[in-house]
Amino acid sequence: MATSSVSKGCFVFKPNFKKRKISVPIEDYFNKGKNASEDSKLRFETYQLIWQQMKSETERLQEELNKNLFDSLIEFLQTSHSGLWKNSEDWSCEIKLREIPTAALILGVNVTDHDLTLRSLTEVLQNNVTPYVVSLQAKDCPDMKHFLQKLVSQLMDCKVDVQSKEKESVQVIQKNVHYSMDSLSAWYMSVTQKTDPKMPRKKRTFSSQWQSPPVVLILKDMESFTTKVLQDFIIISSQHLHEFPLILIFGIATSPVVIHRLLPHAVSSLLCIELFQSLSCKEHLTTVLDKLLLTTQFPFKLSEKVLQILTNIFLYHDFSIQNFIKGLQLSLLEHFYSQPLSVLCCNLPEAKRRTHFLSANQCENIRRLPSFRRYVEKQSSQKQVALLTSDRSLKEETQSLLENLHVYHTNYFLVLRCLHQFTSSLPKYPLGRQIRELYCMCLEKNIWDSEEYASVLQLLRLLAKDELMAMLQNCFKVFQSSSAKELGNTAKKIEEFLAQFQSLDETKEEEDTSQLQSKGLQKTDLYHLQKSLLEMKELRSTSKRQTKFEVLREQVVSFVDSLVREYLLPPDTQPLHETLYFSSAHTLRQHLNAAPRIALHTALNNPYYYLKNEALRSEEGCIPNVAPDICIAYKLHLECSRLINLVDWSEAFATVVTAAEKMDANSVTSEERNEVIQYPFKINSTTSKSSQPAVE
Amino acid sequence: MTSTLELKEDKMLKVQFVGDDDVLNHILDREGGPKVKKERAQLLLNTQKIIKKPENELEEDDQEVLKDQNYVEVLGQDVQESLKNGSATDGGNKVYPFQNRKHPEKMAKLGHSASDKSQLKNNDKSEFLSTAPRGLRKRLIVPRSHSDSESEYSASNSEDDEGVAQEYEEDTNEDILSQKIQAQNRVVSAPVCKGTPSKKMKRKKTSHLVEEYFEAHSSSKVLTSDRTLQKLKRAKLDQQTLHNLLSKVSPSFSAELKQLNQQHEQLFHKWMLQLHLGFNIVLYGLGSKRDLLERFRTTMLQDCIHIVINGFFPGISVKSILNSVTEVLDHMGTFRSVLDQLEWITNKFKEDSSLELFLLIHNLDSQMLRGDKSQQIIGQLSSLRNIYLIASIDHLNAPLMWDHAKQSLYNWLWYETTTYSHYTEETSYENSLLVKQSGSLPLSSLIHVLRSLTPNARGIFRLLIKYQLDNQDNPSYTGLCFQDFYQQCREAFLVNSDLTLRAQLTEFRDHKLIRTKKGTDGVEYLLIPVDNGILTDFLEKEEEES
Repeated sequence: MATSSVSKGCFVFKPNFKKRKISVPIEDYFNKGKNASEDSKLRFETYQLIWQQMKSETERLQEELNKNLFDSLIEFLQTSHSGLWKNSEDWSCEIKLREIPTAALILGVNVTDHDLTLRSLTEVLQNNVTPYVVSLQAKDCPDMKHFLQKLVSQLMDCKVDVQSKEKESVQVIQKNVHYSMDSLSAWYMSVTQKTDPKMPRKKRTFSSQWQSPPVVLILKDMESFTTKVLQDFIIISSQHLHEFPLILIFGIATSPVVIHRLLPHAVSSLLCIELFQSLSCKEHLTTVLDKLLLTTQFPFKLSEKVLQILTNIFLYHDFSIQNFIKGLQLSLLEHFYSQPLSVLCCNLPEAKRRTHFLSANQCENIRRLPSFRRYVEKQSSQKQVALLTSDRSLKEETQSLLENLHVYHTNYFLVLRCLHQFTSSLPKYPLGRQIRELYCMCLEKNIWDSEEYASVLQLLRLLAKDELMAMLQNCFKVFQSSSAKELGNTAKKIEEFLAQFQSLDETKEEEDTSQLQSKGLQKTDLYHLQKSLLEMKELRSTSKRQTKFEVLREQVVSFVDSLVREYLLPPDTQPLHETLYFSSAHTLRQHLNAAPRIALHTALNNPYYYLKNEALRSEEGCIPNVAPDICIAYKLHLECSRLINLVDWSEAFATVVTAAEKMDANSVTSEERNEVIQYPFKINSTTSKSSQPAVE
Repeated sequence: MTSTLELKEDKMLKVQFVGDDDVLNHILDREGGPKVKKERAQLLLNTQKIIKKPENELEEDDQEVLKDQNYVEVLGQDVQESLKNGSATDGGNKVYPFQNRKHPEKMAKLGHSASDKSQLKNNDKSEFLSTAPRGLRKRLIVPRSHSDSESEYSASNSEDDEGVAQEYEEDTNEDILSQKIQAQNRVVSAPVCKGTPSKKMKRKKTSHLVEEYFEAHSSSKVLTSDRTLQKLKRAKLDQQTLHNLLSKVSPSFSAELKQLNQQHEQLFHKWMLQLHLGFNIVLYGLGSKRDLLERFRTTMLQDCIHIVINGFFPGISVKSILNSVTEVLDHMGTFRSVLDQLEWITNKFKEDSSLELFLLIHNLDSQMLRGDKSQQIIGQLSSLRNIYLIASIDHLNAPLMWDHAKQSLYNWLWYETTTYSHYTEETSYENSLLVKQSGSLPLSSLIHVLRSLTPNARGIFRLLIKYQLDNQDNPSYTGLCFQDFYQQCREAFLVNSDLTLRAQLTEFRDHKLIRTKKGTDGVEYLLIPVDNGILTDFLEKEEEES
């Protein structure tokens, strides 16, 4: 069946039911693409496993991070209507009756993440506060009618799970009822009254607290609502507040000022607003990185460039955690898809087991790894032969290398955190404030070769005692929290340092007093005074280097330095790192942060980039006249200013194209010329597609 | 024009070393003059292209390249910075520089020289690397620098006088022109004498460029040559002839193109995998991607339910897309609104997880689909787990359609698929300017209809044609007012009463020869909805006959 027609634009293809397969398993696509792929099934399974783990971990993190916010929100919701029903004769409550309790939830600019947050919020509220939670989006509610309609239909749905029987009758009403606040409150009364007798039987917490649970309305994107709808709704519902206990939650992306900009004073005075600030997305990112990448829990790692790209997209484009995780997913997929040895990218015991079953082909793959080759070259010649010829010894070696890699990572992250403790509070943050910046630098090269590192050491040498001690304390905690054996004595050493610092306090005072006493100035003549002053000066300059504290500080700094030099080797020095590290930053950038403009421009400007024909090779900025017509036309149009004359354009085009032909320009038959001249206008519509703003 | 050339020659002899600062001061002084300032944007652009000594030519070209680099360096810094880690497609920084550093009338000259065959140099090399613009420019410059060809050049230009006159309509004044040239020469001399521009110069140049940019863009009026398509003596081709001609042209680089396509085809499996894992795929790059998607469809999707959507189809709408989705789901009946329909589809897909649907959209960025609402709805469709979307975009600014919210709905993976293939199918709904749009048809029907009318009626119609042709340059021409028309007809003794004229007009209207429009003042205006060119042809033919 053709997919072009002059009468319609949509073509449905529906294969017969008998013919249709149950559905091709996804794994098939994983291996078919590459003909010589090894263990593709296993790789795909590993991918799915790791991805599931990562996903659940991120969800858990999100929940954890939102917990504080949600707790305070719930508290607010619970208190807001509590006074309402108990002592309604109180005068202050009368006033409060008029005010709709409102929570303004500032979510930040990362709009894409809001959905997830609000969804979990809805869930939490439904479990803890009230079954009646409705969330509305601006695009669903262009006017009051739709607003109420959505509200009512969602409210009814909320109730469905409680009394499914009534659903049908409710829906019948729904069709006919003219939506109004009156009908809504009437409905509410009927529902609460009806359920009242049932309530005690239910074990939910909210039922015992309130006879009538409040209705929570979440406006997901407060900024994009029409002001009129909002205003009307608020005014109307404040009138009905006593019979319809409404609570509003505004999702705000920008700043709380927006409430007052959207709502005039008369309306906003009907609200009793409380502000809630959600977690900043940067913190969120740090936690995610911390828990997903800076840990040995997940074997998969990112190389420096990839990490840089992902964080750049995050910081410069959208601040969206969702997108960051999507990037992570893509890199995970790409890694398993393109690297046959990624089969070893799993937890250590499993990886060791898998090495046993590696095929001869895979062994060859291992030998081909650059990092492994480097490693082999360093070995004795006997071992080299063994590694290169015998699969058995290769597998054994691989196992031990994998274990080394694991140990390397354990130590690496500990030392990284430790170094971060030292650098994160230095003035001007030479190695970055966030651990991810430090991580990036350490991944890239030997950190101790960089200027920033040198300046860090210098700054550390200037630290005061209490600062240094605080840092050491933190480091001690970091090391203590881990169970790594090798670094166990490091923790001990830090403890010693701490003890020494403490003991310094007492000894230092004694020294000072003794020095002062011995150097107490006596009454002398000028010559002696000068002499003694000079002596003192000398003494001071020498003693400066000799203060116990300074010696100790120097020791600490060199200790940290030695730690860094020993453990923070960049991963590409480690044999077999290719199995765990995804390094193809190029593909990631292409797929996530593509630049269609550049692609179009390159295609038009430099066709050789795509069509590897020698005839098209040319110096910068020139196009041979054999190039595709569209390139020539584009080039000519670039020559022009903002507007272009079609005739001139076509004539110029003809000149360029005919210049290639040997014949005298005069001998070109009119028809051929016609053809050439007409040609650009066949293309014309296409160029205008690609370069419309330029041609106008 | 000759005089100015002479002037230029005079000035050429006075080339001397001038310090950079002096030159800049000089230019800044010149800015004082209001006339010059008006022309300055163009003027500075011209610097390189104005006549040069032949021996300087090569040097000058290098210089220009150097200059280009300078400002690209400054402007493209950010681009380069961002490209540093990662793909760094070459030429990326060339995408963003300003385009106005070009000679506005050069194109005219270029084209002109082409039509002036005698000037075109015959080149013996068969594979003569003409290197489109620069090479052409050189060839143009060479004849001009010879004294003997100079007269020829100006002579050939004289027929273009109209255009030139219009271009310089503000300063036909000779000395202003010469002043201008003076300035140009000074500007040119500096970089030529000095081998490499100093750093200071570079810095100043940047600020210059900024000014230059805004000046070039400040005036809304942009001058181009006034040559029109009608002036081309060649007959327009009709669609059929053009089609035949084009089919004769053999495609070049077919081997390379095939290779390119094969590269893309290798990705099919990966696409399927990624679609199944929750991503959606968007293709971009030069050339029609329809064939590629079509191949993808035939190789991978034979056993799946899928919908092909031609975004370039002029009648496409979100409603029709949703309708075809509901058609797949065997839904009978209608929906109250698009949103209802979307909701129904969403529920259906959420309920039945075994249901899978592939959506192939050619040109997601087409006129009809690029609207915010359409994109929102398609995005929501594509965000469903078991709907897989693969789409292509072509417009330069297509990514601007999507804000962050929509982008996260779509969850795109971008794939560059440059194919260089023609947009034949996509543009088949559009008309080309140069193809004769059934132009012969209205003309013959005009003649046909008018022959069957009375001489008086023909006279009436001719009056209207003439009036319309007289007013063809008037952009605000809305038509001939009925009363005026009546008056004119009366004066020409064509009608004797209002009623007879109206009867005639009714007849014209039935044949769709005229259109009437009510003006703001309630007066009827008459207009012939036929191209002016055809009307002229018609008048000519009429005169021949009579």
